[in-house]
Amino acid sequence: MESRHCRLFLKGTYNTLIALMMLSMADIHAAEPLERKAEQIILPELDRREIKQAAIDTEDFEIGVFGGALSIEDFGVNPVVGARLAYHISEDFFAELSIGATEASETSFEVLSGGLQLLTDDEREYYYYNVSLGYNIFHGESFFGQRAYNSDLYVIAGVGNTHFADDDNFTWNFGVGYRFIPRDWFTIHVDVRDHIFNSDILGADKQTHNLEIHAGFTFFF
Amino acid sequence: MNSAPGEKIMRIFFFCLLVSQAISSGLAQAKETYLEVIVTDPFIEMHTGPASGYPVFHVVERGEKITVLFSKTDWYKIRAKKNKEGWVHRNELRQTLTLDGKKTDFRDVSIEGFKKRQWELGLLSGDFEGAASMTLYGTYYLTPTLSTELNATHAIGNFSSSLMANVRVAAHPFPEWRVSPFFALGAGYIQTSPDGTLVSPVDRDDPMAHMSLGTHIYLTKRFILRLEYNNYKIFTSRNDNEEVEEWKAGIAVFF
Repeated sequence: MESRHCRLFLKGTYNTLIALMMLSMADIHAAEPLERKAEQIILPELDRREIKQAAIDTEDFEIGVFGGALSIEDFGVNPVVGARLAYHISEDFFAELSIGATEASETSFEVLSGGLQLLTDDEREYYYYNVSLGYNIFHGESFFGQRAYNSDLYVIAGVGNTHFADDDNFTWNFGVGYRFIPRDWFTIHVDVRDHIFNSDILGADKQTHNLEIHAGFTFFF
Repeated sequence: MNSAPGEKIMRIFFFCLLVSQAISSGLAQAKETYLEVIVTDPFIEMHTGPASGYPVFHVVERGEKITVLFSKTDWYKIRAKKNKEGWVHRNELRQTLTLDGKKTDFRDVSIEGFKKRQWELGLLSGDFEGAASMTLYGTYYLTPTLSTELNATHAIGNFSSSLMANVRVAAHPFPEWRVSPFFALGAGYIQTSPDGTLVSPVDRDDPMAHMSLGTHIYLTKRFILRLEYNNYKIFTSRNDNEEVEEWKAGIAVFF
């Protein structure tokens, strides 16, 4: 009897021990997935956070150079070179900063008078800068043979300065331009602009219109 | 003509080279971070160019995976099945999901962005005591209520023109308002050159300080209208200091 009781007791203890061990093992096993799960919850979210809208490259700026002809009122038509930087604010509007330089040739009077000069060489230098707002009126496609390329026709107007005859002149400008876009990052422009300012070079103060036509290329970045 | 214009053209040329280098390296970097999304709208329309005026040439259906390459204003260049590439408007991407099923974050710039803007770039034009003035400025917001600014002004009068550069610190007491006033104090330098047609053309350089009152008005998208009044004190080398008042208005964009 005694030994039977003892055996029962031992068996009971043994069972309890096994149960405890199993429980503790189960605890260990339970703890591991929890930890792993916790890790999984945190890590992927950190990875994904980085791929956001902000990570997408924006190509809203356009920079380039141009060359053409500028007719300076009374001073002939002269070759002009310049550079432009534009920021595209929306699909329709863009802001543009452009600079240009040319040199005035002689007036008809100077040519005919033979040797008489109204301006010195330094004074013949003509620089301008302007800041303008452009509006794309027609987005569309231009066709070259079978291939279609994107293009825009835009109107543009702004204010700036013209330095001519050693004098700064507040200048309005307006015009029309054509942007041909063979690649998303590369464009070809053709522009016609009128630069309007008051000038007193020939005595009386008068409003001058200085027409410019130029072509150039730009890069988007 | 002397050699100066030639040199200028060379400089422009090298600048363009540098820029194109920067562009290509930028594109190379961007390749690693392309975002892929799943379309959940019944369909989205692909245009040939980044504006609604360009024709629709392809449609991406629900469930298709697209790659977002880059953006131009509110438009995104995407690559769809069979390497079809085209432009979709931001609105079309609003309902897309990431590859692991989470919502994407394509939002328009709104007044919320205006309230939390960090950078501001603008052009103002106005009257500098009778002269026409133009100002280009850049502002950095240290906090929504405090900003620093650098600006350059060209004032073109009948008899002289002035170039000014100023730095200022501005306080914006109500950054959450759509019409948000500001007060600023600053200092700078002014260079005045009389017109070449006048008899005694002597340039003057003088330090200056200014006080400014104005307001920002949020218009739409990235646009801000800015109106301001400036009171400049020019510390001349002559006996009297000069006081100049300036009123101007202009448009700015923020980032």
